[in-house]
Amino acid sequence: MSVADILHPGAAAAGDAAPNADGLKADAALERMKLFGLCSPALLLVVVTMVLPVVWLFYLSFLSDEGTFSLEHYERLTASKAYARIFWTTFKVSILTTIICVAIGYPLAYFLAQLPKRAAALCMITVLLPFWTSLLVRTYAWLVLLQRKGLVNTWAIELGLWDEPIKIVHNLNGTLIGMVHIMLPFLVLPVYGSMKAIDTDFVKAASNLGASPVKAFWKVFFPLSLPGLFAGALIVFVLCLGFFVTPAVLGGGRVIMVSMSITDTIELFFNWGAASALGVVLLVMTLGTLFLASRLLNLDKILGGGGGGGGH
Amino acid sequence: MSDNLGRGEALPIFIGNVTKTYGKVFALDDVSLDVKQGEFMTLLGPSGSGKTTLLMVLAGFTRPDHGSLKFGDREVIRTPPHKRDVGMVFQNYALFPHMNVAANVGFPLKLRNVSGPELAERVEGALETVQLGGYGERGIDQLSGGQKQRVALARAIVFEPRILLMDEPLSALDKKLREHMQIELRHLHDKLGMTTVYVTHDQREALTMSDRIAVINHGKLMQLDEPRTIYDFPANTFVADFIGESTFVPVSVSGGKVSYDGTALQTATTPDGAGKYNLMMRPERLAFVSGKKPKDVNVFKGTVSELVFQGESFLMYADLSDGTQVAVRGATQKDAMANVPEVGAAVSLGLHKDDTVLIPDTGDLPA
Repeated sequence: MSVADILHPGAAAAGDAAPNADGLKADAALERMKLFGLCSPALLLVVVTMVLPVVWLFYLSFLSDEGTFSLEHYERLTASKAYARIFWTTFKVSILTTIICVAIGYPLAYFLAQLPKRAAALCMITVLLPFWTSLLVRTYAWLVLLQRKGLVNTWAIELGLWDEPIKIVHNLNGTLIGMVHIMLPFLVLPVYGSMKAIDTDFVKAASNLGASPVKAFWKVFFPLSLPGLFAGALIVFVLCLGFFVTPAVLGGGRVIMVSMSITDTIELFFNWGAASALGVVLLVMTLGTLFLASRLLNLDKILGGGGGGGGH
Repeated sequence: MSDNLGRGEALPIFIGNVTKTYGKVFALDDVSLDVKQGEFMTLLGPSGSGKTTLLMVLAGFTRPDHGSLKFGDREVIRTPPHKRDVGMVFQNYALFPHMNVAANVGFPLKLRNVSGPELAERVEGALETVQLGGYGERGIDQLSGGQKQRVALARAIVFEPRILLMDEPLSALDKKLREHMQIELRHLHDKLGMTTVYVTHDQREALTMSDRIAVINHGKLMQLDEPRTIYDFPANTFVADFIGESTFVPVSVSGGKVSYDGTALQTATTPDGAGKYNLMMRPERLAFVSGKKPKDVNVFKGTVSELVFQGESFLMYADLSDGTQVAVRGATQKDAMANVPEVGAAVSLGLHKDDTVLIPDTGDLPA
C-alpha cells in the first residue's frame, strides 16, 4: 500500500476495477459463518441422535456372537425362508395400507378442498383429532370394537347383517383397519394441501373449453394433484414399513412384520447382531423405495408441478 | 358433440334483466344489455362494480338470481359452462401447467374429437394467428408473460367459438407491451369477427379497443355508447369522472339559459328542465385566451395555483373567481410552453361551446 492509498483510500478504491470487492466478500463469508453457527445445534442433534445410532447399527450387524467381524447374521437372513416371509408380509401390509389410504383419503381430501373455509377447518379437526390421540389408545379401541364379542360383531348380528361373529381382528383384516385409520391423516394432509394450491381457474378454463365436470377432473385437476398424492402415499408407505404397535396388537401374532421380528430377536434371544442386521436390511429397503419413488416423482417436473407445490 | 360445433358466424348476445345478489349486496342489479353480432364490447368499471360478475354470468361460472341470456336465438342462462361454446381468456391466463403449449391449445379440439393431422394443423394455425408459430413444444413455464397471454388467446380461438370473452387479459403486462397488445387484439378481432366481450378497469384501454363501452358501477349499467360519445357526452357524473380527467363547476340553469358566476355560457346541449347541473371541464379541452374573446368560446378567469411538468404534457391547476379549482392540460412543445403563465399569474381559460357539456348533478359528485 502506498502513502497515497493510505491518505486517500476512497481514491484508491475508485481506481480499482472492483471497488470494495474484498471487503464485501469478507462480509459475505462472515454472514455465512454466522448462519452456520445458528444451525450447528440442530446439526449436532442430528448427528448424535440419527447418524451415530445408524453407524452403530451397521457395526453391530457385522459382529459375530464372539465379537469378531462376520456376515453370519446376513447369511442367516438369506438362508431362512421365515425371514423372507416376514419381509414379504411387511411389504404386503404396507402396500395394502397405502392403497386403501389412497382410495379413502383422496376422495376425502377432495371433499374437504371443495368445502368453504370454515366447514373445511371444522372437518379438518375431525381428521386431525385422532392424530392427536395416543396411538396405543386408538389401537386398543379398535381391538374393543372389532373383537369376537365386540361392538361391530354384536351390532351387525342384531341388525341381521351376518349370523355368526366374524373374525375381523387378530388377523390381516384387523391390522389393515387399524393401520389405515392411523395413517389416513398422513395422506389427507399433503393431498389436501396440493389440492388447495390448484387455482380454481384451471378447472374453470377446462370447463369453458368444453370439458364436462368429469373430464375436467381427470384431465386437469387430478394430474395437478398428483404430486401431493405421491408425497402422501410415500409417507404412508415408509411409515408402514417400520410400524410396530398396531400390527402387534391387532395382528394377534398372525401378521408378523419386520419391526416385531426385531423386538422378538432382542427381547427373547438378546441377539443384538441379528436384530441389527434386520434393521439394516429394512433401512436399505426403505431407502431403495425412496430412491425409486424419487425417480418416479420426477414426474413432478414433467407435470409442471404448478398446482402441487403446496403439499410438500 | 358434432364436428362443426362452435364454427360459423358470430352470434349476438342479449342480456335481459340479469340480477345477482350476494346476501344483501347487488353484484348485478337488473342489467339489460345487447351486444351486436361481431361487435367489440367492453365492460368498464372500477373494481367491485360487477363487470367481472357479468362476464362470469356470460361464461356460465356465476348463476344469477334471475334474468335471461341469449346467444343468438338460444337461451343459455341455464346451460352449463362446458356446453356454452364460448372462448375465454382468463386474467391469469389459466394455462394448464402440466401440458405444453400445443397440448394447451389442442385441449378444446380434442374434446371436440379433432385428432391427427387436422388437430396439429389447427393448433399450429392458431399459434401462427397469435404470432407464436413453432412454439408448440415449449413448456408453459418457459414462456414470458406476453407469450402466455398469446397462448391463452390461441386456446380460446382455436375451436372457432362464435363469442369470445376476455377478463382483463392485459393487466399483468407492462405498459408498453399492453399498449401494443391492445392494438393487436383489436386487429385480431377485426380479422376473426367474433363477438367479443372484454372486461377492463382501464378506461384508456376501453377507449382504444371498443366498438362500444358499457360503463358499470354498483352492479348497474351507467352508460352504453361508442367511445367518443362516452368521452364527450358522459351521461352522469360517475361516467364523466371515471373516464378521462374532469373538473366539475356548478352552474345555474334557468329557462334554458346557462350561466356561471353571472356570465351566460354557450353550451353544446341545452339542458331539459331545471334541476342542478355541473359543467364538465376536460383539462385538455381548456386553452389559454389572450386579448379579445374569440367566437363560440366561453372564457373563465382565474389564478394559476400549481404547475407540473409531466413529460408529454403539463398539468396546471387554476383557481376560478368563485374558488373552484380546475385542471388544465397542454402539450409541451417549446413554443407552447413559452405561453404558459407562472404560478400566481392571472389566466384566462377558453372552452369551446362544443366542449361545454352539462352533466345533471345527481348528488354523487366525487370529492
